[in-house]
Amino acid sequence: MEAFLISVTVFVLAVFVGFEIITKIPSTLHTPLMSGSNAISGITIVGAVVAAGAGDNEVAKYLGLGAVVLATVNVVGGFLITNRMLAMFRRKK
Amino acid sequence: MGPNLINAAYLLAAILFILGLKGLTSPRTAVRGNLLGATGMLLAIVATLADRQIVSYETIAIGVAIGAVIGVIWAVKVQMTAMPELVAAFNGFGGGASALVAGAAAFMPGTVEGVPEIQVQTSITLSGFIGSATLSGSLIAWAKLQGILRWQPRGLGLQVLSNGSALAALGMGAAYILDPEALWLFCALCAGAVVYGILLTVAVGGADMPVIIALLNSCSGLAAAATGFVLGNNVLIIAGSLVGASGFILTQIMCKAMNRSLWDVLRGDLGEAAASSPQGDVYAGRTKSTSPEEAALLFETARIVTVVPGYGMAVAQAQHAVRDFANLLEARGAEVRYAIHPVAGRMPGHMNVLLAEADVPYGKLYDMDTINPLFAETDVAIILGANDVVNPSARDEPGSPIYGMPILDVDKSQVVLVVKRSLSPGFAGIPNLLFTRDNTLMLFSDAKKALQDLSREVRDL
Repeated sequence: MEAFLISVTVFVLAVFVGFEIITKIPSTLHTPLMSGSNAISGITIVGAVVAAGAGDNEVAKYLGLGAVVLATVNVVGGFLITNRMLAMFRRKK
Repeated sequence: MGPNLINAAYLLAAILFILGLKGLTSPRTAVRGNLLGATGMLLAIVATLADRQIVSYETIAIGVAIGAVIGVIWAVKVQMTAMPELVAAFNGFGGGASALVAGAAAFMPGTVEGVPEIQVQTSITLSGFIGSATLSGSLIAWAKLQGILRWQPRGLGLQVLSNGSALAALGMGAAYILDPEALWLFCALCAGAVVYGILLTVAVGGADMPVIIALLNSCSGLAAAATGFVLGNNVLIIAGSLVGASGFILTQIMCKAMNRSLWDVLRGDLGEAAASSPQGDVYAGRTKSTSPEEAALLFETARIVTVVPGYGMAVAQAQHAVRDFANLLEARGAEVRYAIHPVAGRMPGHMNVLLAEADVPYGKLYDMDTINPLFAETDVAIILGANDVVNPSARDEPGSPIYGMPILDVDKSQVVLVVKRSLSPGFAGIPNLLFTRDNTLMLFSDAKKALQDLSREVRDL
């Protein structure tokens, strides 16, 4: 129960941090914000890696493999496309 | 690496994500912010690979290789006009990955140390539900944006089915929590959630896409956070909730910009009201059509020109033609501004990205609240494929289905030049009386062609 409460605390505080920061992001950057935050939500790759590499259950391994593929597309593609977009914004003031 | 070191690395990664998002508060620091976020991700992945739980690297390497190739090719090749499709698809992948991780955790019980069973099962249920619905919902949104899927059913039956599928899925989830041995319950939960995601998004139409993409963005984050609860992993919880908050704020901004509740958007409700509103010959003989030669004369003396882009600019890929035309006007001494409505296009910030691609400096892009008082001093406002967001009925006619939606007050300009292919109504399906105003001229043409013609004519002035 204690561990759960700590997790909930972390969750709630992070939501507040998120609100504070995101409300300050100008609307002109909302598309890169979506693709960039999308890449961050690829953090689930951490869980995917554990599932694919723990190795004691065949089904879990294949589910993990699928998760690694999807999450990697998310992470790699997400950060790359965000970089491509933001570079266009930086080009001229 | 010991667990303490790994957790320290996760903390650092979380800090980098937060700093990365903070970088996005200004275009000047945004590139660096994105790099910080990517560094945080790399750090988190490397730390996880060093975890002693991991015994085999083969499967991971194969997965990363496949995913990286797809991701790189997609991100490098995609056109800026197709950004909504890309983000929609990626939202789905994030959700799908989270659901798969939840599934893997369900198949290997007891591997997560220090997390109470009940927390694991409850979060597996949540992650499976949100992740599966995000996956299927995003794929539907993607198919709609691609133009593959044009089907848009509405009505009570659909709502009953959609709510029913959600309840059935959650019921399966509750049964799974009580009996975690019965894995088929988890599978049934995910299947139900997939159906729910489909039914939820299938009613959403074109111009409402910004809302649903922002919502799915939020869900992909929440699914990751739920996965964090499954694994008792703080970096997932933090990153997931940051994204959840981000998507939620964008959803709210989009809904507010359309003066509609999220609930109405999900029901595809505006369409119902609009279908019954009068159509037909409201325009008969009341619009003034013009030619590029004639319209070019408007710019002979214009000092302040405001461009109002909409989805039509994206469809016509006209952003570079806009920039060329603006260059021409600026060379003649005019000031060119761009008025961006929050829901112009198919996703938040869609127009800004397209104009940035065409090298329009972002300082010339004005948001709705800033530009509205400035229309009074505007000589010519050019409407490029925007419709509902400039419809004065939303401001002036309490009976209109879109009444209350904030609009760009383009009708306050000296002259309004509407570039549009035909008089067909916008997404809301209602006539736009702006087209009948005395100071409005219609230039019936594709946006790109119109701008090229105008450029040629203005050059000849």
